[in-house]
Amino acid sequence: MTTKNQEENQAGITQEGRFYSAERLHAMHDMMLYIRRFEEKAGQMYGLKKIGGFCHLCNGQEAVCVGMEEASEPADYMMTSYRDHGHIIARGSDPTAIMAELLGRAGGVVGGKGGSMHMFDKEKNFAGGNGIVGEQVPIGTGFAFASKYNDDKRVSITIMGDGGVNQGAVYESFNMAALWKLPVVFVIENNQYAMGTSLSRASAETHLYKRGISFKVPGIQVDGMDVLEVERKMAEALEHARLGKGPMIVEMMTYRYRGHSMSDPATYRTRDEVDEWRSGRDPIVRLQKQMIEAGLATEADFKQKDKDIKKEVVAVAKAAEAQPEPDLSALWDDIITDEIPNAYPYPRQVG
Amino acid sequence: MAKITYREALNQAMCQEMERDERVFLMGEEVAEYNGAYKVSQGMLDKFGPRRVIDTPITELGFAGLGVGAAMAGLRPVIEFMTWNFAILAADQIVNAAAKMKYMTGGQYDCPMVFRGAGGAAARVSSQHSQAFENWYANIPGLKVVMPSNPADAKGLLAASIRDNDTVIFIENEMNYGDIGEVPEGDYIIPLGKADIKRVGKDITLIAHSRMTGYALLAADELAKQGIDAEVIDPRTIRPLDEATILTSVAKTNRAVVIEEGWRFAGIGAEISARIMEKGFDDLDAPVARVTGKDVPMPYAANLENYALPSVAEIVEAARVVCNRA
Ligand SMILES: Cc1ncc(C[n+]2csc(CCOP(=O)(O)OP(=O)(O)O)c2C)c(N)n1
Ligand SMILES: [Mg+2]
Repeated sequence: MTTKNQEENQAGITQEGRFYSAERLHAMHDMMLYIRRFEEKAGQMYGLKKIGGFCHLCNGQEAVCVGMEEASEPADYMMTSYRDHGHIIARGSDPTAIMAELLGRAGGVVGGKGGSMHMFDKEKNFAGGNGIVGEQVPIGTGFAFASKYNDDKRVSITIMGDGGVNQGAVYESFNMAALWKLPVVFVIENNQYAMGTSLSRASAETHLYKRGISFKVPGIQVDGMDVLEVERKMAEALEHARLGKGPMIVEMMTYRYRGHSMSDPATYRTRDEVDEWRSGRDPIVRLQKQMIEAGLATEADFKQKDKDIKKEVVAVAKAAEAQPEPDLSALWDDIITDEIPNAYPYPRQVG
Repeated sequence: MAKITYREALNQAMCQEMERDERVFLMGEEVAEYNGAYKVSQGMLDKFGPRRVIDTPITELGFAGLGVGAAMAGLRPVIEFMTWNFAILAADQIVNAAAKMKYMTGGQYDCPMVFRGAGGAAARVSSQHSQAFENWYANIPGLKVVMPSNPADAKGLLAASIRDNDTVIFIENEMNYGDIGEVPEGDYIIPLGKADIKRVGKDITLIAHSRMTGYALLAADELAKQGIDAEVIDPRTIRPLDEATILTSVAKTNRAVVIEEGWRFAGIGAEISARIMEKGFDDLDAPVARVTGKDVPMPYAANLENYALPSVAEIVEAARVVCNRA
């Protein structure tokens, strides 16, 4: 299925009739690898207690982050849960600001107020970073409502987990989105576990792409470990939504290599199971193999690239760490827009 | 008495009550196979089996309501919220159903159940995961609100809450789960609605619940060094409030500071200081002071978080002001 494409004299790969140029493939690969190394660095910094609280890494799920971003337009909205580092990196936010956020520094994406779980970047149309499971689903539906209202053809990419999909508000959202033909793609990152609960222990219907059937929301299942398939299927779903045909569910079959958060030893799954995904289906290795086979790169190229990326990430961490903590006065910023000065509780005051 | 942790004490209370009463069951996210997100239900699945220790999907409104129905049908549910931040999703079932079921049905249906889990600020988890909600629930007729500050109280109060015939909002504190203290073995019950004098003193009354009780005790140590002898009272049950213990203390000390982790506006301190004013006005030598969390969502950055939370130093300072010693 993967062939070297000689058409237009351009090097690349054609998969399922869709052509990816060498340049684009390299960009996708580099971004996935960057996310992997960034997360590893974050894990390390957490171990050193430089990052606090809850910290959820997305190692293993990079193809979902990158493939979706590749398929979408910069003007499309995107929002997800607390497992947000990979998505916001793929969206193109400044990695130093992301790392600074993890460290609680003034130059963080939200000024150090949110930390790992609450990454937002309005300029990149990235609306979180939501800590309450399922919370972003009606919110994403609201962004889609605004798109339809303004008729500006922007699609809302609303991401949730296989655990989040059981929240009631998800189904209220499916129904509203279908009823009003809202341009939203509901992405379910099915990484098989919600904390320590495997999919089949929490869901009677484990084919999550079918969850929209009774709301007339079509669904598809995607190999979320294959960045090209993610890109292709996501492009279809986005087109469906953009053309005014209403919402769509895209179930991404993926796996998180690490524990749920940094404090989870993940003893609820076997080593064999993890290895099966990690060494058998890794999205980065998979793309590397495809690219080598197609003569677009060599193993040595990828080794060098990895070295370069690791260096970049170290530099990012250093730059972020060099930043000061937020000024104490920032505590009182951004609570209320129209402050009313002479009524209690008084703005910016204790007591 | 054995020295055990706050989380083990809660575990003992649940096990004790489940052994005693076949109708009691525990349901919540990760309570069974994972032994609890904070390991409070450690070993309970092994002990009681999957009929009585039940993992749920992430669906707070659903399983809270299921608990209400099960209680109305005669069972005694203990519904765990991983944290009280997530109970907001279930607020309809708690406030609109559980709290008023007896009243709305003219006494036909009871709702004897416990909603429990971690409340208050945890460490570095930002705005959505660090919040105190006791004042929300304490505002609702039909609910009881209980908050233990140490391991022994955790056991005795939770056991009493499970035996209680009403809906009890039982708010633990994540930062206290690892605290170790002497806890009576075997059946142990602390009646609801009874405050506890955690330290006897004569110069000022510090009233604090949950994690802030520990802060108040530390402040009392510091004040002692400065020649101020503070009495520390832990209401333990927020609603209904044992105001007699508080008023008796204030009648002795003539001064009071109320401390809470939550926000000041319409907080627990507002209620307690109003009661002291209404019923103990003549005993007061100075206005009651409050030490509370700052009026902001909880920030993540370490320095901001530190600043947002009440501190021992702030309690000491407030006490000095109330004692005219600032
Ligand atoms: C409403 C709510 N309930 C519980 C939690 C605690 N919690 C955080 S993540 C999580 C599991 C979510 O799993 P899933 O949706 O599959 O996403 P994943 O972590 O696998 O990306 C739970 C139970 C929460 N944050 N919000
Ligand atoms: Mg999951």
